[in-house]
Amino acid sequence: MNRYTILVYTENFIGILNRITIIFTRRGINIDALTASESRLDGIHKITIEVTVTEEQIVHLTKQIEKVVDVIKAYCFTDNEVVYQEIALYKLPIDSLDPGVEKVIRQFNAHIIAAEKEFVVIEFTGHKEDTQALLEILKPFNLLEFSRSGRVAIAKPKFSVQEYLNNQT
Amino acid sequence: MIRGADIVVKSLIAENAEYIFGYPGGAIMPVYDALYDYSDQIKHVLTRHEQGAIHAAQGYARVSGKVGVVLATSGPGATNLITGLADAQIDSTPLVCITGQVAAHLLGTDAFQETDVVGLSMPGTKWNIQVRSVEEIAPAIAKAFHIAMTGRPGPVLVDITKNAQIEFGEFNYVPCLGIRSYRPYVRIDQKAIDAAATLINTAKKPYVLYGQGVVLASAEDQLKAFLDKTGIPAASTLLGSGALPQDHPSYVGKLGMHGNYAPNLLTNQCDVLIAVGMRFDDRVTGDLKRYAKQAKVIHLELDPSEIDKNVKCTVAVQGDCKVSLEMLTEAVLTNSHHDWMQKFRNLENEEKEAVIANDLHGTHGGLHMGEVIHLINKFKEEDAILVTDVGQHQMIAWRYFDYKKTRTQVTSGGLGTMGFALPAALGAQLYDYKKQVICVVGDGGIQMTIQEFGTIMQTKAPVKIVLLNNNYLGMVRQWQQLFFDKRYSFTELENPDFIKIAEAYRIKAKKVTERDDLEASVAEMILHQGAYFLEVVVEKEDNVFPMIATGCSVEEVRLS
Ligand SMILES: Cc1ncc(C[n+]2csc(CCOP(=O)(O)OP(=O)(O)O)c2C)c(N)n1
Ligand SMILES: [Mg+2]
Repeated sequence: MNRYTILVYTENFIGILNRITIIFTRRGINIDALTASESRLDGIHKITIEVTVTEEQIVHLTKQIEKVVDVIKAYCFTDNEVVYQEIALYKLPIDSLDPGVEKVIRQFNAHIIAAEKEFVVIEFTGHKEDTQALLEILKPFNLLEFSRSGRVAIAKPKFSVQEYLNNQT
Repeated sequence: MIRGADIVVKSLIAENAEYIFGYPGGAIMPVYDALYDYSDQIKHVLTRHEQGAIHAAQGYARVSGKVGVVLATSGPGATNLITGLADAQIDSTPLVCITGQVAAHLLGTDAFQETDVVGLSMPGTKWNIQVRSVEEIAPAIAKAFHIAMTGRPGPVLVDITKNAQIEFGEFNYVPCLGIRSYRPYVRIDQKAIDAAATLINTAKKPYVLYGQGVVLASAEDQLKAFLDKTGIPAASTLLGSGALPQDHPSYVGKLGMHGNYAPNLLTNQCDVLIAVGMRFDDRVTGDLKRYAKQAKVIHLELDPSEIDKNVKCTVAVQGDCKVSLEMLTEAVLTNSHHDWMQKFRNLENEEKEAVIANDLHGTHGGLHMGEVIHLINKFKEEDAILVTDVGQHQMIAWRYFDYKKTRTQVTSGGLGTMGFALPAALGAQLYDYKKQVICVVGDGGIQMTIQEFGTIMQTKAPVKIVLLNNNYLGMVRQWQQLFFDKRYSFTELENPDFIKIAEAYRIKAKKVTERDDLEASVAEMILHQGAYFLEVVVEKEDNVFPMIATGCSVEEVRLS
């Protein structure tokens, strides 16, 4: 089993996300993380799916996704083939902010992005292993809340959805 | 400006829809009201259940090669379509289903007869959409027809809210000619053709398996030309039957769990396997780990997601097999394979002696299902259509029916839906009243959609219905006998007087229990002008052989 990132370019169509996720549900495959947003191209959405499966499964899944009528193109990549990041937010009570915590924040190159009377919110971006490491460190400091995004990814290999769309046969 | 409901009907007419199979209800009433004005341009068939409507549309689509159109109301009307959608999806049958929906402002409020039809039907449709305003109706229907019919066909569903049906809008129908995210056809790779041709030219024991893809691509002539040139033995899947006339010299029989002996056994002896428009279903392959491991595999297939799905191929030829077969025929050498073919014929003789002779020519004891099919062959026209339900009778009818023409095989393959046959036969018959449509059903399955006798009565469709009555859910009983120590748990049926039921619907009916009466009765049925119901009481505990038991390899096909 390997970790893969699938980049899916779709029309902005109600229900498209559902059509894609049921492909995984039906096969009993867990989606590790999923993000959806506008892509660089007007009107085209980009869905980034992180999943841990076998090589055979990832090929099969990608083909099934591409079969969806409103999917323009789906590409799958190994972790080596993508540049990716996840953002994590950590909420700590204000009285936990002792020099120890401040040192950790500096070491990790994390940022305090909000400071209220009762708490602070720390932001840290990196790979899951990194945001997880910070989580483990902050837990003993009365961590109030934690939230981590799915990965956003850019593929290293060259491909162009625009070119694909231009080559209408 | 016209009403949305009129736009629905005019759009269907613009797509040359001939029939609508449907059932009315609150959320679709505006469309039904509109239909009243267009009865000279489009025919509506009122079935007795929405499942009947969708199976009838499937039968129509399968024999006509056109899109089957279904109309149903919201809530229960729509949910009654689900079985048919799943069936059409797995058997690649083009359908456009239109369902009414509660008014847009009521969506999500649990309004009366509101159900999430788009959500429910998503896994069972190639595409679906909800339309909430009048101007979206015609483009949605245009897109629906395009998607249903192109590429690998399939069912689509358009859910139209009631407000959209009663709003007024302009009607200006623009057929859909393409969708940028959807490219059903690709240019066929000449390199793949050349690689395939090289394999075929050097093969000693090449073997062709063909499926419904050939029929869907209208590539029957191309398949024949390829086989004529190469002399390669060819076997059919369940849904491929009819794509090649069975008297063609290359034809060697049928594949799968209850297919023929030689075609299954020799799959594991060929050196090059050429699969055309088929998807290596588990009922065809048996244990995949022991399936054709010795062979190089060439797969001619339109749907890229089918390539390497179950069987890894040496050469994939992706694209429309009508085109690829023609290119391949061009590229291969003229050849013949007498010795290899002879192997098929020898094993065929073994099967004849061990199974077929007794199945078709019983002399004592109860009647066999095969005898009935054998007699049907004797009297049927060449282009008669066989519609079957699911069970032992399905396998026997398929095994022994003499397929001569394409689009004469209508059965529920991938889903195995009991109750499919009666409505599907009706739909097939409506496409052409003059064709013989013979519907073979079991005593279990007929009771799942028996209400469609009513539609047969009302449409006067001259369907010939043959009930092979073994008083059992026979196929399940066979498995209980073979794999569950004969523990016949809830498979015996206490049946009604079927003749009285048929007659209550004014369908001419006859019951046969004796071998001596069978031939005359089958002849009478086939020659009868209108609908006819023939009940044949058959041996209760006959089994279908050959058989590849679950988990076994194709070479473990057993004759008894
Ligand atoms: C809707 C549905 N329910 C259950 C089954 C499982 N099943 C497959 S064959 C069969 C028995 C069919 O009995 P009958 O219609 O009498 O046909 P026979 O096998 O006796 O010819 C059953 C229950 C099915 N295929 N479809
Ligand atoms: Mg039965």
